[in-house]
Amino acid sequence: MKRVMLTSSMLITVTVVLVPFYWLIVAATHSSADVFGSTPPLLPGGELMDNLAALEQRVGFSRTILNSVLISGLYTLGAGAVCTLAGYGFAVYDFRGKELLFGLIMLGLIVPGQVTLVPLFKMMLAMDWLNTYQAIVLPNLALPFGVFLMRQSMSTLPKELLAAGRADGCGELRLFVRVALPVMRPALAALAIYLFLYQWNDFVWPLIALRTTDAYTIPLALAAQTGATDTDYGAILAGTAVAAIPMAVLFLFLQRHFVSGLLAGAIKE
Amino acid sequence: MTLRAMKLAPYFFILPALALFAIFKLYPIAWSFQLSLFRTEGALQSFAGAANYTRLVADPLFWTALRNTGAVLAVQVPIMLALALALSIAFNSGLLRFRSFVRLGWFLPIVTGPIAYGLLFAVLLNPQSGLVNWALGLDIPWLTDKFWARVALGLALTWHYVGFNAMVYLSRLQALPADQYDAAAVDGAGVWRRFWHVTLPGMRPVIVLTVVMSTIGTLQLFDEPYVLTKGGPDNALLTLGLYLYDNGFRFFDFGYASAIAYALTVIIGVLGIIQFRVLRDRT
Repeated sequence: MKRVMLTSSMLITVTVVLVPFYWLIVAATHSSADVFGSTPPLLPGGELMDNLAALEQRVGFSRTILNSVLISGLYTLGAGAVCTLAGYGFAVYDFRGKELLFGLIMLGLIVPGQVTLVPLFKMMLAMDWLNTYQAIVLPNLALPFGVFLMRQSMSTLPKELLAAGRADGCGELRLFVRVALPVMRPALAALAIYLFLYQWNDFVWPLIALRTTDAYTIPLALAAQTGATDTDYGAILAGTAVAAIPMAVLFLFLQRHFVSGLLAGAIKE
Repeated sequence: MTLRAMKLAPYFFILPALALFAIFKLYPIAWSFQLSLFRTEGALQSFAGAANYTRLVADPLFWTALRNTGAVLAVQVPIMLALALALSIAFNSGLLRFRSFVRLGWFLPIVTGPIAYGLLFAVLLNPQSGLVNWALGLDIPWLTDKFWARVALGLALTWHYVGFNAMVYLSRLQALPADQYDAAAVDGAGVWRRFWHVTLPGMRPVIVLTVVMSTIGTLQLFDEPYVLTKGGPDNALLTLGLYLYDNGFRFFDFGYASAIAYALTVIIGVLGIIQFRVLRDRT
């Protein structure tokens, strides 16, 4: 009896939580007039392509998607390398200033990112880098949470493994590439997913640094569509579905890495 | 491998991160403080001492933004975390069927970016013809009334973050030693007593963590109120982040925006330390 009550109440609540996703798909496949008709549609329709075409005409949405994919991809590669190297350095070695330098980077977890917005804008303006990929990718490459995550993961590397490599005459860089990285594959996957998602969804800095429609990422293009008198919600939700559904599907396929990646900091504190 | 190379190796590994962090974080943080001491008029800058800060203290919109942020902190965060705690206990229960489906479903919203789910909620909660009012058969003025706009923001934030926090709690619950529960059960402690005396104390570290994380996140709130109502109606959703953005990038008053940014940093620092102390020491 208790089992039935608990299970059924949890199934009801989880359905409520999932309704927005379902409705996103429904609304993305209907015209704006249908979405806001007197009786909202409850089943998916056939107008996804029309909606995307409208978005293409308004903001050049294919270019927007390309921008988002390239920026997030480049960021994941760059930040992945920077954070993994640093995490390894902090986890495996003892050296002078280690705690101080690590603490300095962890300060970035507490100091709000908004403090750096004005100076970064002035910096990018001076470099003539507004509306470029590097303006978005560079500033967060040394992501404090990424460094933290990799230090946690790398500290689980068996010391004997490294010692054995050194005894075989393996240099420090080779040791990292040949011994540490292969063992750390699951942690690297978790980091990569976290970084990609972080950049894919980032909004306020791109909003400031990307000021032309050509340079927009998906969140910018979507947010820019609201507020107009002829706001086309069918088109906006089609674009939102393009931004959100691939991430949700990716999550369902990679959930093990995903959950562990997002929770890693919390579990080990 | 020479000893010298061994000694230099760690610096080689951390150098890229340190250099990038110094250029794009530390230097802007210092620069921002300097900017906050200058008055910006068009392209001109003149030293103003603490003028931006005294202006801030006398600025009613700053206090509105602070109150709005404080309301989310005082209402939405505790409700959400209590809900997350209850969820995590349900997730952990041996009585729950379809367990992975339920956990996954609750966790899924965290994957959706703030702009995506903000837009989605704006449409769902559309006062005239949104799905929520239609399903409830009501005419709630979501997003157009000050009170209901705040409720809408709270609903959206809770939908997005509660499952994630529940999973954080779950990871800790699963690590709690079972023998304490057995001992408590032998002593005849009921479900509630076991929750208060065994579960809750064991959960303290993650509760501290989620409270601090939620506080830092809430104080920086920007994306959701921006996309829901651009801070309206009548500044009901104006946050410090939005006010900073308006001053910095709509009025291009860099000095004043920097002062807001520093006020924000100080508030986060002070609240963070207080929460950490209070929640850590109480045993």
